[in-house]
Amino acid sequence: MATPLTPSAFEPRGKRPPPYRAPRVRLWAVRNAALLAGIYSGFETTLKRIAPLLAWIGFDRLERPVAAVERTVKGALFDCRMCGDCVLSSTGLSCPMNCPKALRNGPCGGVRANGNCEVYPEMPCVWVKAYEGSLAMPGGARIAEIQPPIDHRLKGGSAWLKRMREFAKAEQP
Amino acid sequence: MIAALPEPHPHDIGPDPGAPLVDLPGHSSRGRLERVLRRGEFAITAELNPPDSADPQDVYERARIFEGWVDGINATDGSGAHCHMSSVAICALLTRVGYSPVLQISCRDYNRIAIQGNVLGAAALEVGNILCLTGDGVQCGDHPQAKPVFDLDSTSLLSVIRRMRDDGKFLSGRKITTPPRVFIGAAENPFAPPHDFRPLRLAKKVAAGAQFVQTQYCFDLPRLKSFMTKCRDLGLPERCFILVGVGPLASAKTARWMRANVAGVHIPDEVLARLEGAKDQKAEGKRICVEMIQQLHEVPGVSGVHVMAYRQEQYVSEIVHESGVLKGRAPWRREFVPRMQAVESFEGK
Repeated sequence: MATPLTPSAFEPRGKRPPPYRAPRVRLWAVRNAALLAGIYSGFETTLKRIAPLLAWIGFDRLERPVAAVERTVKGALFDCRMCGDCVLSSTGLSCPMNCPKALRNGPCGGVRANGNCEVYPEMPCVWVKAYEGSLAMPGGARIAEIQPPIDHRLKGGSAWLKRMREFAKAEQP
Repeated sequence: MIAALPEPHPHDIGPDPGAPLVDLPGHSSRGRLERVLRRGEFAITAELNPPDSADPQDVYERARIFEGWVDGINATDGSGAHCHMSSVAICALLTRVGYSPVLQISCRDYNRIAIQGNVLGAAALEVGNILCLTGDGVQCGDHPQAKPVFDLDSTSLLSVIRRMRDDGKFLSGRKITTPPRVFIGAAENPFAPPHDFRPLRLAKKVAAGAQFVQTQYCFDLPRLKSFMTKCRDLGLPERCFILVGVGPLASAKTARWMRANVAGVHIPDEVLARLEGAKDQKAEGKRICVEMIQQLHEVPGVSGVHVMAYRQEQYVSEIVHESGVLKGRAPWRREFVPRMQAVESFEGK
């Protein structure tokens, strides 16, 4: 029998831990953090522009389809765990929810000498990659921002819509 | 003949050993560890290996061997994800005697509701120091089936406790009628990758509320020095007391085992070779530790050492004594109190 996988701190309901621990696409995304961050900043401008339209349609009504798209796109690129409170742009495009301790403020003290995870020895530490990504991308200094404790109620929801809700709220007088 | 005991600092002793000390301006806690550090003394803290029992005497026996040699006693919180007596209970037992305990909280085992309740409870029991930790993963302990909690991480935990103390509020915003008076600490491992990020991570922790830091075992002085250089560039030693972790290695075999099995422990090959080449490996392990403490004493920005002598706690006093870093200063011990009273009655005559 294979050794059972160690449970991770953050496993959204209905989603098993990734079957592999050498995530090629995710690492590619970190290597190309500058390019992807550029694409995202364009995308965020679009989000800002369409926020009033989506507010008119109703954010709650859009939650399920938008979350499904987000899960597919960000899942493929970053192994996104749909925490609903995305901090990718502060973590060098390395999703911190793939850390088995779900650390959102930096690496733990258990990182192996080869830069791999304490819990999953064959997986590169999410935060070692986050630091590399943050050095490569514009605005990487945001890695120094202190992230508040996560709101677990947002789990499974769309972070894009959350961002647009903030835009819509900011525009209101 | 009575050996001449060094005089205790008047701020460090109360009317009776278990009584809280008087408040000092500019101090966050009423604990002795903060006082020693703020006076600019080279501080010593030690780690107590918590018992697997419900007998308070087991705790007192383990603390007794540190008495008079350390300024703070860390009660580990399920270290290595193994189950032992809880840190808050050990700290509460220690404050009854008058020791200055450091409560450790690891995010692995509790959510934000449990942690904040624990902080209030510990402060009510006169625990003055809290060390905020992420905690080892459950996979390395005796209960790998457990659910890892990690609701907060060490940095957000620091900010939560600081908010409780300074703003008198829970994370929810609800008011705390009497905020906890605590000296807040963090851990750092200068020896784990990503090395360049480590000083920045410490800066982040200091910004979140860390007032002191205790590091992982240091066996690699050059790396520690380069870490400290970066910390000084960031102005960290001015805002946070840095205590470097040290400990004696029992043998080359133990060192090899630790290197392979204990998360985050970095032991260079030279240290292993030195142990292997020694006639008495245990004595050599102590010697290495003593020399390390002496060398750390000379590193600018280092405020003290944290001695982790797992299963070798009986040698802590000897190691501290041999290092000579106390320079004649005597950390708190029970004898101080009757001695002071005797002096007072003598003066009254």
